[in-house]
Amino acid sequence: MTHISALPVLVPFLAGPLLVAVGQFAPRWFNDSLAAAAAIASAGLCALLAVHAAGHPFPYWMGGWTPRYGTTIGISLSIDLLGAGLATFSALLVCAALLYALRYFDAIEGLFHALMLLFMAGMVGFCLTGDLFNLVVFFELMSAAAYALTAYKVEERGPLQGAINFAITNSVGGYAMFIGVGLLYARTGALNMAQIGAALDGHHADWLVIVAMVLLFGGFLTKAAAVPLHFWLADAHAVAPIPVCVLFSGVMVELGVYAVARLYWQLFAGSLAAHEVGVRAVFVGLGVATALLGGVMCFLQRHVKRLLAFSTISHVGMFICGVALLTGKGIAGVGTYVVGHGLTKAALFMCAGVLLHRFATIDEYDLRGRGREVPLVGVMMAVGGLLLAALPPFTTFMGKSLLEESSSAVGYNWLIAVYIFGSAITGGAVLRVVGRVFFAWGPAQGPRPAKARMAREETSEQRAPRTQTPPMMLIVPGALLVGALGLGLLPGAVPGIDRFAAQFVQHRAYAAWVLHGAHIHPPILPASHISADDYGYSILSTLGALGAAGLGLFGRRLRRALPRAIAVPGASVADVLHGLHSGHIGDYITWWTAGVSLVGGVCLIVLR
Amino acid sequence: MGFFPYFVAAWLFVIGLWGVISSRNLVRTVLCLVVVQASTYLVLLGIGYRAGAKAPIVADIPTTSRLVDPVVQVLVLTDIVIEATVAALLLALVVQAHKRFGSVNPDDLRPLRD
Repeated sequence: MTHISALPVLVPFLAGPLLVAVGQFAPRWFNDSLAAAAAIASAGLCALLAVHAAGHPFPYWMGGWTPRYGTTIGISLSIDLLGAGLATFSALLVCAALLYALRYFDAIEGLFHALMLLFMAGMVGFCLTGDLFNLVVFFELMSAAAYALTAYKVEERGPLQGAINFAITNSVGGYAMFIGVGLLYARTGALNMAQIGAALDGHHADWLVIVAMVLLFGGFLTKAAAVPLHFWLADAHAVAPIPVCVLFSGVMVELGVYAVARLYWQLFAGSLAAHEVGVRAVFVGLGVATALLGGVMCFLQRHVKRLLAFSTISHVGMFICGVALLTGKGIAGVGTYVVGHGLTKAALFMCAGVLLHRFATIDEYDLRGRGREVPLVGVMMAVGGLLLAALPPFTTFMGKSLLEESSSAVGYNWLIAVYIFGSAITGGAVLRVVGRVFFAWGPAQGPRPAKARMAREETSEQRAPRTQTPPMMLIVPGALLVGALGLGLLPGAVPGIDRFAAQFVQHRAYAAWVLHGAHIHPPILPASHISADDYGYSILSTLGALGAAGLGLFGRRLRRALPRAIAVPGASVADVLHGLHSGHIGDYITWWTAGVSLVGGVCLIVLR
Repeated sequence: MGFFPYFVAAWLFVIGLWGVISSRNLVRTVLCLVVVQASTYLVLLGIGYRAGAKAPIVADIPTTSRLVDPVVQVLVLTDIVIEATVAALLLALVVQAHKRFGSVNPDDLRPLRD
């Protein structure tokens, strides 16, 4: 059984180059089927691994190089349920994106499929690996494929700029990670995560370990788009093809948060045990900044893909907070929320794709009232908006409730207000778009009219006349939304995640099962029940979303009635925020340097 | 050797970042990115260095010889492959940007200004 462990990575990794070799000679149905077969096979294998890991987590040693007396010689995949589950989720989203892409592009070559499969191999390997250096290499593999996919429409100007910004920012993050890996190797002589963790245990974390941690976290938080390392995300999402955006927002960005959680619990939890309060304060702060800035920027957008991108930043902020709480329940909440949010956001991007496909623009004001031709999309977007606002009792609500419970448990009650704000404003922004596009509510002229040009397609992705939407482009997002509605309600789903998250945060048990082959079973926990308060908070965030949408649509008179003392500073803050997102790579790297230095400095002071 | 390679690495990292920040030409930006990456080679090789040790090719030397750490050298090789991929991809994008924008000055790339 464990011998199939490497196959979910290998299958797409080999199928991708094969497609490059034969794709241009083969008929289109062949490329489509080969890519779909590889993606589905990999997803199935990931699911098998997840089922196996649900019994007990297990390592797989490449080439049979098992550890001797607790010392690693070879390279491992260390497969536990959270990693394998996330790999399955990524693989399924790739399948959905490929299905959606069947009819999305008219002219398509094997190259697109090949890049998607390489991207998939990177993501799946990233989730499964137990080796720190391989984690970084899989990060680079998925990143390189992602840069190329962002610039897939290489004849247009936007995608070029977006891909350049994306590639440079993430590469700088990647180099910081290489140095972090080197420093940890210098200290411990190991690259296996369990072995590094065991070697760091029992020693106070000195400056070298803290610098290594900050460099590693800095790299992964660049991928996770934590403020102020987030600038690339909106640019890349605004211009990447829709099936690619689905993967970026649905799972790639969240993998950055996953890596931070994995590294903290498997590497640093022992040596930083005395400093939990400090670690929590620093990274919750980062998460809150991300959630708030992402939410505000989301509401200020009129370019729908950019709006959804900033909404992802806001949610990632909440995920960072959840991981930074340093509790098993926090991890469980993030896990549940990532699935609910990923499915919802993927569906919303696909809906945006239908609008773009049909009307060749994705500007909210350009599209005003035109959505009536595709009412089903309006229904799906409205459901998606409500799910982002954590409407009870669906999956996103379950995740948010677990986050709230775990925040209260460590005395961060005020975080609940941040969660409510983030959910309400991002859900509200989507509902505002629904109101304007599908009901023609609100004024026809928006602020910053020059922005509409950016949202129009330069050349069409689709050559045939667009009076019809292919059914597949409606079926796939519909299915994803059904998943987002239903998964959290499955009996045993949320308590299950709870148990495996509790296992995830057992630092010493990880070393035991990776290095010594111990069979560790997840702890039996009392089922966490969702209190009436949580329902109250989520009803509040749903109402908040409806209110925010109403304000965005009909609030112009209200905003005019505001006293100048509030309205003028408000408008100038919005201008400053827009100005910060300048699209200039030099500015982005300045922010990156400042952000990582600041976090590093604070960590060196607080954690010693 | 002591701390010397790490000082140089830190210098390369910082000066490379400054180059990326201040470049008026995207080709220069990409080259500065390569400078940032060069710092990672130095860190890794510096960690594996042992005074007076031989290259880690164990076929034709006594097994008792002092060797430098081969693991970090393998890491550097991987690192170089990644660098080549990313730099090639970025330079291709820059060439394409020159065709579309008629400029490789990042100040002239405006479509994504928020």
